[in-house]
Amino acid sequence: MSNVKYSKDHEWLKIEGDTAWVGITTYARHALGDLVFLELPEVGRQVAKGDDFAVVESVKAASEIYTPVTGEIVEVNETLQDDLDGLKEDIDTGWIVKVKMSNDNEAADLMDKAAYDTFVESLD
Amino acid sequence: MKKTPLHAAHVTQKAQMAEFAGYDMPIQYESGVMTEHNWTRENAGIFDVSHMGQVTIEGPDACAFIEKLTPSTFSSLKPNVAKYTVLMNEQGGMIDDLIITKLSDTKFFAVVNGACKDKDLNWMQRHLPQGVMLVHHENRALIALQGPKAEAVLRDALGIDTANLNYMRYMEDKDFFISRLGYTGEDGFEISMHADRADAVWHKLMAHADVKPIGLAARDSLRLEMGYPLYGHDIDATTSPIEADSKWIMGKVQNKTFIGAMRVLDEIENSPARLRVGVKITGKGVAREGAEVFDAAGETKLGVLTSGGFSPTLKQAIGQAYIDPTASKAGTKVNVRVRGRDIEAEIADMPFVKAKTKKALKKAA
Repeated sequence: MSNVKYSKDHEWLKIEGDTAWVGITTYARHALGDLVFLELPEVGRQVAKGDDFAVVESVKAASEIYTPVTGEIVEVNETLQDDLDGLKEDIDTGWIVKVKMSNDNEAADLMDKAAYDTFVESLD
Repeated sequence: MKKTPLHAAHVTQKAQMAEFAGYDMPIQYESGVMTEHNWTRENAGIFDVSHMGQVTIEGPDACAFIEKLTPSTFSSLKPNVAKYTVLMNEQGGMIDDLIITKLSDTKFFAVVNGACKDKDLNWMQRHLPQGVMLVHHENRALIALQGPKAEAVLRDALGIDTANLNYMRYMEDKDFFISRLGYTGEDGFEISMHADRADAVWHKLMAHADVKPIGLAARDSLRLEMGYPLYGHDIDATTSPIEADSKWIMGKVQNKTFIGAMRVLDEIENSPARLRVGVKITGKGVAREGAEVFDAAGETKLGVLTSGGFSPTLKQAIGQAYIDPTASKAGTKVNVRVRGRDIEAEIADMPFVKAKTKKALKKAA
């Protein structure tokens, strides 16, 4: 079973070795509304924890997506650009980027599913 | 934060609420902006626009007063005709844009932007001639009913027959002030009523199968498709009506003595420094207010986007910009810079989507 973690910015991470698959949660997806465009980063970009690495445009506004972990972007999910419905909390297909992590501790500090669910409930 | 008389109805309908013009307003309802937008284009949407200011201007010199404040001509207008115009400042910029309806030679009804109403009333008060009265109808709500089914809905839900009411025309029925106009490009109405009736009227309209409530987000995308300016974004105290490409509000330019006329008449003669234009994003992406517009080579800056968003009807991003008039011809290839990336775009005629407002009725022979 995969090790999946969640951030307070509503990203999910599937951890496989030193690589994190990063996507957005159902909560984030719902808050963003009707999506019309996804701007992806270049492969090879170095990102630090808290950096924005992608932008989703809805009819209303542009929203940045932040990485909860530091590292190098090693793969981007270009299929999402033509299929924005695919951007969802699906840990096999809904990932936006894969990040090769340079600091293991950052992922360890994130929430597990139960803690994230409690966090989301506290927001409503 | 202020609340409109329909605030409770929005909360009950689980609208996403946010501050707008000092009011807690519905941004979107549960179905979301895309659905709301398309629903209005295909059926009928109702909008709570009670945050807007409703003002009666009355007195023997009311018409001359309005022709002082605005660059438009009202003296030759027939009664019950509404006109889009702007309040001018001394520098030839715009204090607000508004609809003024001529009720009679001495009585006018104005609807102004919510965010501007205090400023507008102060300005009018400052210039008010003796014997002219301003009445701010703070006890009235305003509901916009917009869409191709609006006329039928109004008949079914409220028993009001508007079959003989033309576009930009006004009537009163059952103590409603009904104006056949709007901010969406669809046929439709703005219906003014006493605040204590608003909730009941809203629910009567809501009960109609062809009606959905529409939030401010879709109101914005609908008006953007029509190329209508939004005050505070596409027009403001520094832009003139000529720069805003709104010379048409001056008709044949009979009125030359309004406040700020010097700059406006000069710009008619000598062309303005910048011009409001439509921009169609032909590349991938969405450009928002503040994005810079460059030439096709991406080298020379031509202007800045003042509005921008996604058009649900065209399924592409559109916007409005002020640019160098020499580059303002429709079809001119440009680039819009978004987060450091240039996206291909072109100058476009507005409206982006054809208006479907009510066609003039044929006069009886």
